[in-house]
Order: sequence, then structure tokens, then C-alpha cells
Amino acid sequence: MGEMEQMKKEAEALKTQIEAARKAAHDTDMASAASGVAPAPRVQLKTRRTLKGHLAKIYAMHWCTDNRLMVSASQDGKLLIWDSHTGNKVNAVPLKSSWVMTCAYAPSGNLVASGGLDNMCTVYNLKTPVIKTVKELDAHTGYLSCARFLSDTEVLTASGDTTCALWDLETGKQKTVFLNHVGDCMCLSLSPDMNSFVSGACDSLAKLWDIRDGQCKQTFLGHTSDINAISFYPGGNAIITGSDDCTCKMYDLRADQELITYQDAALNSGVTSLALSMSGRLIFAGYDDFNCNIWDSLKGEKVGVLSGHDNRVSCTGVPPDGMCVCTGSWDSFLKIWN
Amino acid sequence: MAQPSSCAQSSNGVADESPNMLVYRKMEDIIARMQDEKNGIPIRTVKSFLSKIPSVFSGSDIVQWMQKNLNIEDQVEALHLGTLMAAHGYFFPISDHVLMLKDDGTFYRFQTPYFWPSNCWEPENTDYAVYLCKRTMQNKARLELADYEAESLARLQRAFARKWEFIFMQAEAQAKVDKKRDKIERKILDSQERAFWDVHRPVPGCVNTTEADIKKSSRMKQPHKTRKSVYGLQNDIRSHSPTHTPAPDAKEPVLLSSLQIQHWQTQLDRHRLKMSKVAESLLSFSEQYIEYDPFFTTPEPSNPWISDDVTSWELEASKEAGQQRVKRWGFCFDEVLKDPVGREQFLRFLESEFSSENLRFWLAVQELKKRPIREVPSRVQEIWDEFLAPGAPSAINVDSRSYDKTTQNIKDPGRYAFQDAQEHIYKLMKSDSYSRFIRSSAYQEMLQAKKKRNKNIPFFVIKNMK
Repeated sequence: MGEMEQMKKEAEALKTQIEAARKAAHDTDMASAASGVAPAPRVQLKTRRTLKGHLAKIYAMHWCTDNRLMVSASQDGKLLIWDSHTGNKVNAVPLKSSWVMTCAYAPSGNLVASGGLDNMCTVYNLKTPVIKTVKELDAHTGYLSCARFLSDTEVLTASGDTTCALWDLETGKQKTVFLNHVGDCMCLSLSPDMNSFVSGACDSLAKLWDIRDGQCKQTFLGHTSDINAISFYPGGNAIITGSDDCTCKMYDLRADQELITYQDAALNSGVTSLALSMSGRLIFAGYDDFNCNIWDSLKGEKVGVLSGHDNRVSCTGVPPDGMCVCTGSWDSFLKIWN
Repeated sequence: MAQPSSCAQSSNGVADESPNMLVYRKMEDIIARMQDEKNGIPIRTVKSFLSKIPSVFSGSDIVQWMQKNLNIEDQVEALHLGTLMAAHGYFFPISDHVLMLKDDGTFYRFQTPYFWPSNCWEPENTDYAVYLCKRTMQNKARLELADYEAESLARLQRAFARKWEFIFMQAEAQAKVDKKRDKIERKILDSQERAFWDVHRPVPGCVNTTEADIKKSSRMKQPHKTRKSVYGLQNDIRSHSPTHTPAPDAKEPVLLSSLQIQHWQTQLDRHRLKMSKVAESLLSFSEQYIEYDPFFTTPEPSNPWISDDVTSWELEASKEAGQQRVKRWGFCFDEVLKDPVGREQFLRFLESEFSSENLRFWLAVQELKKRPIREVPSRVQEIWDEFLAPGAPSAINVDSRSYDKTTQNIKDPGRYAFQDAQEHIYKLMKSDSYSRFIRSSAYQEMLQAKKKRNKNIPFFVIKNMK
């Protein structure tokens, strides 16, 4: 076992050097840098819509690029497509497996996807007279925790089998498998330029991947428990993560380290989901304690709360034009706030 | 205080305990402070009617303590946190099944550590049956079953019809043990036991805080640490969970390590920007975009969610570019490329400079990436013929390295055949044409424009028509 021991030592030495290099770049902290910025006004948002229709816990939701349509997934075994402005259900997609964990809307608006304990990502075409299953992407050996469309021909997935994968929708096969996490992958977020993505996993690490060459480019440490939610900061230079350790963190890709931790002594529940306002200034983070807390991303302060759900907030989303925020909950309702 | 299950670290550094443990520990820290003799909540015995109520404190006591000791100013926040802790069973109202915190004289009691959720309780229905059965053997009126409990008991009797004699015997035995206890002790233990069941079999309509996210529950990490039996019913202890997913096959250990080392080396070698620079960049980004963020700046004409007027969405989709939208193009080149109207205006500008082939090439390559695989080879050939082949009608100027690479790539055409050339052209447009576009009189005039323009005629063409 001599070789293994040596390699372990080498790896440890490199990690120590990385920490030292990060410290060297740490010539200030975000809070001091942002001290000159005017504080965000106390945010008090009202519920503008409550979407009722699901019969069981809502696990996921995703906005369409048109800022009005959205898809939501519930353990009642359905995907619902909503025109959230009118509150009408545009479509209902019955799922083969009711243990759904994620859903996604393609940027074109033509397709939606879902996945969960069935270990598969199923893609549906919304534009055919009757909604059809286009493909069942079946190769993961663990549950599907998150899926995102790059286009109508490519899908990215994150799985409980600790891998992420890029799929070609025509062949239904995995084009690239992203291997590096040692815990279940729980979430992923695409960079604005679509050349890379970040993933969060139960190994408490967030990783940046190059979509083309499949390599893990950066690893971010700091959380002490599962990372359940992750999102790119607009502009693509930073990421925000939410974890079961009850905190959210901002990491910058260029500084290669953590900038801020968003935490509060009174917050004693894990973060389930998060979404950013269009400028990135506000973070809407859903927690297990039924609330969605709003953070000033630059100053690290809590500036508001969205309370109204009667059970855990499981998903949050801000549409591309940033006009509102949607929260979905285990209480089976979706609420739109601004 | 009972010791919660120990946190073992496995060899790859991942904590073995369930994610809930962190949350339980945080709550238990607060409980420990609440129970502190000097600075905690004062616990007292209250004399009522004909008896004493032992070991209680009021809801207001809790709220006040929280506000003083946990830095919580807002009463609503204190109630929220308190209700959360009550819902997990750390303290409970002595006369109510509904576990919530009220800021009044309602009496609460602490739960015994034995029943804390950090002990990984997953009590079985047989235990619940024993408990309800035992309750019916107690004669005191105050211990009568609530309606939902009576219903549950009836259901369980049907479900366990064959085992019922056994359950009955267990209930009798438990009742006997209980009778032997000191009266005051009994009051306390009875209430704690009831609170335990209120957590694991909540009143219909109340949230069950023991419900686990299916993503987490399919990762049963320590199945042998789970406690399933309150009353020691042996036959219900399982040795493993049926939902346990075996870990994926470990890769050949040495190979994995060398890949890891490569990864760490790459990460070490990457150039790191100083925090001050990074912070500055994030702050200026935020400053620039805050006027476009509907949460900070009221959008014009209105926010469709507030006014119910969808004009904002219609304008976005139209060819009209208002002043605010035009201003964004000046932030960075990517903003021009993102906006269809921006792209159109930039294209017309390039046409005037006879370099529109650059943008057209870039757009064609972007579109290629979304094409179905079967169309890719022919499309690659088309793009090559149009922009890069010797004598191409829209010849673009790429550096020799990218040109050679592309020549190689098209022999085996894929979606990324033109990646290097595209990057080169992107940089060219960004550093050269884009800055001239922003400085151009056409753009500047669009920026100053206050009047609405005729929708169908792009401004730039109007200028050229003079």
C-alpha cells in the first residue's frame, strides 16, 4: 500500500498549498468591501398569485424563458404547466413514477423534463397535439436530483449516483459523464455562457465543470453538510450555494474561494432551494422551516422573509426578466411574490 | 443531556451522520441554554385547583428568553423558531396535541433527552398501538383518547387483528409499570410520552416534522442506529432498510488518486484574483444592473404581476428598443449578443463597415450547436464553404493556428468543429468592432432618443437613407 499512502500524502500537500494560495489572495473580505454600498431596503413582498392544483408535495419548479409559463412537479405523480399570470393550468403530464424530484423547461419552450427515484430523465414534447414522451434517458444508477436543458438537443443531469451527465436527446445516450464528486449530486446550475456548469453534492463540495471536455475545473469547500441548492450569479463569475448546514455561501470563481456566508443564529433549518434576483443583489433562499428568507448578497444581511407556506419550501425560482419570485412547497401550493 | 449518535467520519472525509443531525444539534444547543440553572428559563411547579402542575414554564417565558438570549428582536421570529422547536418535540404544551408556541400563559414542559429526534427514532405502528391501548386502560378523564387517536386505534386494531393479543399484553405490562411510579413523576413522563407521539403521529392537519426528503431517505446511512421500538417489541427491529442503495463501485484506488492529484495540481496552478479586485467587480456589476432589477427599480411601464398589465412583456418581445434596453448594450459585448434587437443593430453597423461576416459566422456557429446530430455534418460543410474555404464568399479572418485546427476538425465534423475560430472572431468583434459600435453616432442617438420610433424601420437604416 506504499503507493497509495504516497499519493494520499501528495494530495494532502497540494490541498494545503491551495489553501495557502487562497489565503494569499484574501486581502479583504466582502463585508468590508461592500460597506460603502447603500443597504438594500427592507424587502416586504406580497403574494400576487397562489397556484392551486397539485394534490401532494411539490418538489420542483422551473420557469420558461417567456417569463410566464412554468412547470412544477409533485409527488401526486404529475407535471403541471402553468400560465402563472392567469393562474391557468395549460397542461398536465402524468408521470410513470410519482417519486419525482426535479423538472425543467427547455429554453425553446418546446420540451419539459422530469426525473426522480426512477433514476431516469424523461423528456416530453409539449407541442405535439397530445403530449408525447420524446426520450427516456436511462443510464444513471442513482436517483435523478436535477435536470437542465442546454437546448432541444442536449440535457444536463445530476444524480444520486454521484455523477452528472450530458445527454444527446436524439440518441438518448450520455455524451459526457462528469466524475469527481464522492457524494450524491443534489443540484446543478448552468453558466450564462453555457460553456460550464456547477454542481453541489452531499460531499459538501461545489464543483465547476467544463461542459466540452468533461473536466472538473474547480472545487469549492466550506460547507459542513449536503449542498442542496446552487446557482450562478448573473455575470457568471460567482456562485451561490445553499446547504443542510443552515447556511448559504457565495464563492467567486476568479478568487477561487468563499466570499460570504449567509447565516443567522435564529435560522435552524437546512436550505432547500435558492434563486437570485436579476441583478444578483437579492438571494431568495427556501428553508425547511417553511419560510423563504431574502438575503442581500453583497452585504450578507437578511433583508426580508416570505412566510405563507404551511410546510417546507422545496423550490424557488426567479423568471429571466426578474419580475417576481416563485416559491413551491410541500403544502402543495406555488406562490408568486413581489 | 443524552449523547446524540456519534458523528463518524468515513475514510473519504464525508460525515456519516444524517443531514438532520446538524439541525438537531443546533436546537439542542439552544435547549441546553434554556435549561441552564442560572441563565435559563425559570421552571416551576404551579399549584392548580386540587393538585400541582410540576416542572412547567409559560409560552411568554420562552418568547422573552429568546428575545433576550438569542438576539431576536421580533416577536414573530421568536414564535417561528419556538414553534419549529416544539414541532420537533423539544418542548411541548402540556394540555394540547398541537405543537406550537404561543406567547401567553400556556404551560410548556421540556422533553426528556431519551425522546429527542437526534436519537433517530422511527417508531413502528405496533408501538403506537401499544401506546393507545395502554391509554384506554387508564381511568383518568384527562387521559381519554382524542377523536383522531380513537380512530387510529380502531384502524390499528383492524390492521393488527392477528397480533392484537400480544399488543394487549404489552399494553397491560406497560400500564402496570406506569402505575408503580410516583404521581408527580407519572404526570411528567405521561406528558413527555404523549408529546413524543405528537411528533411521530401528529394531529391530522399538523405538519409531520419527521418526514424526510425522499432524496435523503434513500440514502440510509446508519440503519442500525435507527430506533424503532419504544416499548421493546423485539419482532419489529429490522437489520437493514429495504430502501438502502448500495454505494457505486469504487474505482481502482490508485487510478482515482492520480486523477485527484492531477485535479488538485490544476487547481493550484490556476491564477487567483485578489479578493479586493473580485469584490470591486461584483459591486460594480450590481450597481450597473440594479436599475434593471424589478425588485429595486419599478419597471416601465409596469410590473405585470402588480398591475396585471402585460405591456412590459409585449415590449420585450417587440422590435422596439427603448432607451433602457439600448443602454444595456453598452455594459458589455455579451449584452448586445443576448438581445435580438441588439444583434440586429450591431449587424447593420458591421454591414456599414463591411465586416458583417464576422457576426454572421458567430451566429451560424451558435446555431450549429443546437442542431440535431444528423444535420451537423452538412451544416459544418456549409459554414466552411461560406466563411473559411479558399475563395469563400464571406471570408473571415482567423489566425493561422485556429485555421489549421479547424481544417482538421471538419474532417470529422461535430458541433464544436469551429470552436477555436469562433472564439477568435468573438475576441476580434469584442475588442474592435464593438467599441466602435458603442461610440458610433447611430448608437449614441438611439441612447439619447426620447421619442417612440416607428416599429418596423430600424433606426440605422433611416439614417442611411438621408
